[in-house]
This record gives sequence, C-alpha cells and structure tokens, in this order.
Amino acid sequence: MNTSKTEIDAATRREYWVPLLELSVQEVFDLMLGDRLEATPEPAPVNTLDVTSMVGLAGSICGLLTLRCSSKSAALMATKMLGADGAGAKAQMEDAVGEVCNMVAGNFKNKISGVGDTCKLSVPTVIRGSDYSLSTLANDFTMEINLLFHGNPVVIALQLN
Amino acid sequence: MDDISVLIVDDSSVMRKIVERSLRQAGIEIGQVFEAGNGLEAMAVLNEHKVNLVLCDINMPAMDGLEFVKQLPKLENAKGVPVVMITTEGSEGHVVQALSAGARGYIRKPFTADQVKEHILPVLTGNV
Repeated sequence: MNTSKTEIDAATRREYWVPLLELSVQEVFDLMLGDRLEATPEPAPVNTLDVTSMVGLAGSICGLLTLRCSSKSAALMATKMLGADGAGAKAQMEDAVGEVCNMVAGNFKNKISGVGDTCKLSVPTVIRGSDYSLSTLANDFTMEINLLFHGNPVVIALQLN
Repeated sequence: MDDISVLIVDDSSVMRKIVERSLRQAGIEIGQVFEAGNGLEAMAVLNEHKVNLVLCDINMPAMDGLEFVKQLPKLENAKGVPVVMITTEGSEGHVVQALSAGARGYIRKPFTADQVKEHILPVLTGNV
C-alpha cells in the first residue's frame, strides 16, 4: 500500500486532536457549569447512556460530535447551568445537553488552527433512549473520551470523515 | 448607570438564563429582560419594546444572528441599540463578519462573567 505524505500528516494531526477535544469539554464544564469531569479508563455500559446529543460539522472538518450520558447526568448538567435552585432543570435537560454539545464542538473547532472559519456547525439534535443504532458517513476516524460527571458516565465521541 | 433593559436572543432557553445570570454576576444593573429564540422573534420583540442592549447568538433557526444584525437598522425602535454577539462561532472570520454586519462586540462561548463585563461595559458606556 502506498500511503501519501498528506495522509500520514492528516493522521498524525488527528492524534493531537484527542487532548484538544478533552480540553474543549473540560473548559465548557468549568466555565459554564462551574464543575469538572473526571477521566476514566472504563467504557460506560451503553444501556446507562439514555440521552444523546449530536452536532454535525461540515466543511474543512466533516463529521459528527456526540455527547452521551444518563438522564441523571443530563438533569444535573441542567441544574448546574440554570444556577442555584435549578428550578425546571429536568424539563430543560435536553436543551442543556444540546447546548453543552454545541459549545464543545465550537470550542474544539476554534482550537484547531485554520479550521474555525471553514467549518460550520449544525444546531444540536437530542435523542432520548439507548436502544438505537446510529450510522454516519463520517466514519474514517473516531475518537472517544470516557468521563465521569459526579460518578455518572459521560462519553464524548468525534467521528470524522 | 441606570438599570438597562436587555434583549437576549438564543435558541437555547438554558443559555438565555446563563447569559442573564452572567450579566448580573458581572455587576451590570439590569431592569427588564426580554428573550427571543431567533432573529425573527427578536425583531417582533423590538417592534413592541425599546431596549438598551441586545445580546445575540449566531447559529439559530428561522433567522440567524448575522442576518438579524443586518436587519436591525430597519427597525425604528432599535436604531442605535448596540448588539453584542455571544456565540460558539469564535473564529476571526466570524468576528469580522459580525462586526462588519453592525455588531459592537463579540463574546465566545464558553465564557466567564468577567469576560461578559470586559466586553459589555465599554459598549454600554459608548467606548466602542
């Protein structure tokens, strides 16, 4: 197989994107929720992740960013974002998780040199339930980060074409 | 400075609450707060009410933030009202686009209350 230099450069560059993605997530939680996530080596049991938020990227980076978590985590995110009493947090959890995913995607693309202007984000989509399969054409490269939010799993994945 | 009335335009209601809270945390005295979920709704609010400041997202359905800023001078009630963009679209190109369209400031999400203060106070005091 003859792998071109451009392909090797692109693959190497994408290796560096994992810590950038993790930093992007941590900054969003730190600044907008006033909280932190812990890294975990353990992949979360899929049936515990019943809230999925997705934001598409199109342009110089083409792919899909997903944030998966439990309803409990999603409600906690909404509570943190809405402030002290978190009134109405449960009703707002889809909105909150969608916005977190949107900010992570935006923060991530702004950290990659030369991409910010040439990559567009979709508005977020949120799925409730864990019994589904997701197919995307953006499946050349996937990075996944397993995290814990107050002991509850949060999985961030970026699939790229 | 007297209490100001603000219009917050964002398709996320959670984000609208965060923006309002950040303004208060930044020490900006807010009176009435109006909300809109996109540019079209914001135009309707401004047809009915006068505000001192508009804070606006970019990526929204129906009418996005850049189009809203371009349409704003057509509204009698909104003439001279400063608009500050608050958005995840944080590239230099987007900033230039927003400022060229008529925005007076630009805040990238995620943000802190200090950043809100730093960008909004000069706009309110006419130093931008």
